[in-house]
Amino acid sequence: MKSLILKTVSVLLFALLLLISIFLFVRGHNEPGGGFIGGLVGAGAFVLFIIAYGPADARRVLRFDPKSLMGWGLFFAAVSGIISLLFGSSYLTGLWLTPVVFGNELHLGTPLIFDMGVYLVVMGFTLTVIYSLEEES
Amino acid sequence: MFVSILSIFALAFLAPVLQKYLKGNTGYFLALLPLGVFTYFLSLFPTITDGEIIRTSIPWFSGLDVNLSFFLDGLSYLFALLITGIGTLIVLYASGYLKGHKFLGRFYLSLLLFMASMLGVVLSDNLITLFVFWELTSFTSYLLIGFNHENPKSRRSALQALLVTGTGGLALLAGAVLIGIAGGSLEISVLLTEGDVIRDHVLYLPIMILVLAGAFTKSAQFPFHFWLPNAMEAPTPVSAYLHSATMVKAGIYLMARMNPILGGTDPWVFTLTIIGALTMVVGAWLALCYTDLKQVLAYSTIMALGTLTMLIGMGHPHAVEAAGLFIIGHSFYKGGLFMVAGTIDHETGTRDARLLGGLAKLMPITALGAALAALSMAGIIPFINFIAKELVYEAAIGFEAIAIVMIVFAVLANIAVVASAGIVAIRPFYGEIKETPKKAHEAPWAMWIGPATLGGLSLLLGLLPWLIDESLISATASAIGGETTVFELALWHGFNLALGLSVLTLLAGVLVYFYWDPIRESLVMRSFNTAFSTMPENGYDHTVSGMLRFAGWQTRIFQSGYLRYYIGTMVAVMVIAVGYTLFTKASVPWPVGWSEVAYYEWVLAALILLASLAAIRAETSLTAIVSLGALGFSVALIFILYSAPDLALTQMLVETLTVILFALVLVHLPNLKPEPFNTGTFRDAVIAISAGSLMTMLMLAALSFDLDPFISEYYAENSYSMAHGRNIVNVILVDFRALDTLGEVTVLAVAGLGIFALIKLYMGDQKKENTK
Repeated sequence: MKSLILKTVSVLLFALLLLISIFLFVRGHNEPGGGFIGGLVGAGAFVLFIIAYGPADARRVLRFDPKSLMGWGLFFAAVSGIISLLFGSSYLTGLWLTPVVFGNELHLGTPLIFDMGVYLVVMGFTLTVIYSLEEES
Repeated sequence: MFVSILSIFALAFLAPVLQKYLKGNTGYFLALLPLGVFTYFLSLFPTITDGEIIRTSIPWFSGLDVNLSFFLDGLSYLFALLITGIGTLIVLYASGYLKGHKFLGRFYLSLLLFMASMLGVVLSDNLITLFVFWELTSFTSYLLIGFNHENPKSRRSALQALLVTGTGGLALLAGAVLIGIAGGSLEISVLLTEGDVIRDHVLYLPIMILVLAGAFTKSAQFPFHFWLPNAMEAPTPVSAYLHSATMVKAGIYLMARMNPILGGTDPWVFTLTIIGALTMVVGAWLALCYTDLKQVLAYSTIMALGTLTMLIGMGHPHAVEAAGLFIIGHSFYKGGLFMVAGTIDHETGTRDARLLGGLAKLMPITALGAALAALSMAGIIPFINFIAKELVYEAAIGFEAIAIVMIVFAVLANIAVVASAGIVAIRPFYGEIKETPKKAHEAPWAMWIGPATLGGLSLLLGLLPWLIDESLISATASAIGGETTVFELALWHGFNLALGLSVLTLLAGVLVYFYWDPIRESLVMRSFNTAFSTMPENGYDHTVSGMLRFAGWQTRIFQSGYLRYYIGTMVAVMVIAVGYTLFTKASVPWPVGWSEVAYYEWVLAALILLASLAAIRAETSLTAIVSLGALGFSVALIFILYSAPDLALTQMLVETLTVILFALVLVHLPNLKPEPFNTGTFRDAVIAISAGSLMTMLMLAALSFDLDPFISEYYAENSYSMAHGRNIVNVILVDFRALDTLGEVTVLAVAGLGIFALIKLYMGDQKKENTK
């Protein structure tokens, strides 16, 4: 069942997919992508790993319980909205900083934190379901 | 006023923590706050008794006319004093009674929450605020009655009280809304001047019925009285509090409060007097059917509540004056006697009147408090309840409509009360000492201070009625009656009919006391007990079990447990509801522009159709899954063709993961057997085809509308300038409509946990069965 070819390739693909997922997540504000899509691709990376090595090894690589990923995701999404409350705006108002780093203007804002929350929830959800199915079967 | 309520709420939540550090002294510390609030209210005595009304209001849902508004007039003032004053004694008493109990902190928490809610009920000006506090008292009393939660009887009683009073509370809410419609305001202080408008309104009768449903259930009027004796499953401090100054008095308070608004009409007067008089007699005589001290007291509370309901219903000046005085008199003796009953139980280990005797020698101070309270209860000169009882008789004589009936009922009830007073407070203390499970000795001061204070006050106010007559009682009676009146009370009214009735009552009561044993055992009393105590409760049981049966029946109908039926039902309902709206409110245009469809679009459409057919007719699960995957990817292609890259990307990823998920559960799925064409497949086909057709028509109809471009233009213009992003889809998701997304990811996470639990549970069960 555990194919050597798949095992070898999946390690490379795993890293690549994770990179792509982060790339999709970061570019999401201007180009197609974002937390939801990024989270799905990130989950895909782990799914590939599970198929190649089994859930036990995948768990060791992920280090986190996928259920706690969902929790952290919700936490980040909810907390990102509170920041604007502290500055007197209403809940979930986007606040932005635009520092210039090496001549590039960066756009850093609370929606980024929010999107990261979405990323984590989506990834956590997918992995929770797949892990439990895989482990029980 | 709001501060006093809030501070008790706040202290309640601190109580469990304090209990950890202060241990046995917590009660003394906690009692300081109700005492402080009591002192605060006492300091308002001259203001309120002058007829002044204090109001405060904090906007809450001001758009709905719901505000945290409070007001203090003679009626709420009387109740506020009783709640905080007796509350102080109860907290002290509980610290002795439940000394060392492992859940004492929790007990203080519930007790103080209850006290604050009760205070909220009597101080609320806004009807909705009143309702909120009203239900809070139901809820917190549930916690108190069910305090000994390991005892099934206790849990049952708590639930019964909650169901009965909670249901009444919902009726009250409906009544409050109707009052708001009829009177144009939800503020009681405004409504008090609108009485005539509401009494003439078409909604008057529904309002009255709903409000009285709330009041009658809360104050245990016949036939809802059965929950109250059962509520004595609560620890005794709670019973003492519930029966004397709070909970059941909330119903009385509501009727008194509503009297100027709803009272005076024939339906009101006769409902209240007749139900009240019936409750009074039933409660008084049921008390004599039991030997448990607390049960005797519980039924005599029902008698008192009936009396008060009757008095409020009569509504003439003598009657409301009697009501005001009776509230005080009853609170004092009932609070005191319940505490005495608890002390006896605590010290001797039994509450059975037959097993007790001669305790006065062992517990002299408790005996003194008990004697004072009992003499007041029996209405013996010169105690406060003597005056109250005289007034009740005078009120009955003055109720011209059916004076004779009322007099007979009142005398009958009071005869039983005299006997009950003897049973709970004379019999256990005098006569020969009997062997009890525990060796009795005097209770600690925290436990006798309550009965002694309340008994002493009963005597003091009886001797010196001028302390309260022209001030407190007059203010209260004015508030109940709705017009300012001033009374003088006197211990001695001269030789009149009321005095004659009092003497008759006392003699007959003493007679009943001495022949209590044969009377209690007699067939008449036992069948009386069955008819008025057991049968209403059976009615409750039948109602509850009937509701459970109904719930079971409708669950079996709707919850088949088969996913296919759920989906079929959902889709069918959607088709019918949406289809109906579509055809009645909009027209579906015939699609035009067939020639513009490109050849690759035809190919895609054909692919989608083929994939769906393949999925339907697949012989193995794997084929079906792969076909569905093909379908999904074709849809993603359509998204790409119509330049929606985000959607397409998401769709493709979801499809990929779905196929993987299916592959994982494949082993658990049964093999597909292509079914021959039968009624089942026919039904499914009809649902599926109509859903598909409906979606098509909906799409066509939607496209034929000119959509307001404002929203999409707004997003397009402001996406970069305001939200620093050019991808409008993502900007909408994480910024413009982030709250929606937050809701969606929350649902996702909850669903994830649900799926996790289902898989683990189901598979766990399967494993267990395999190992068996």
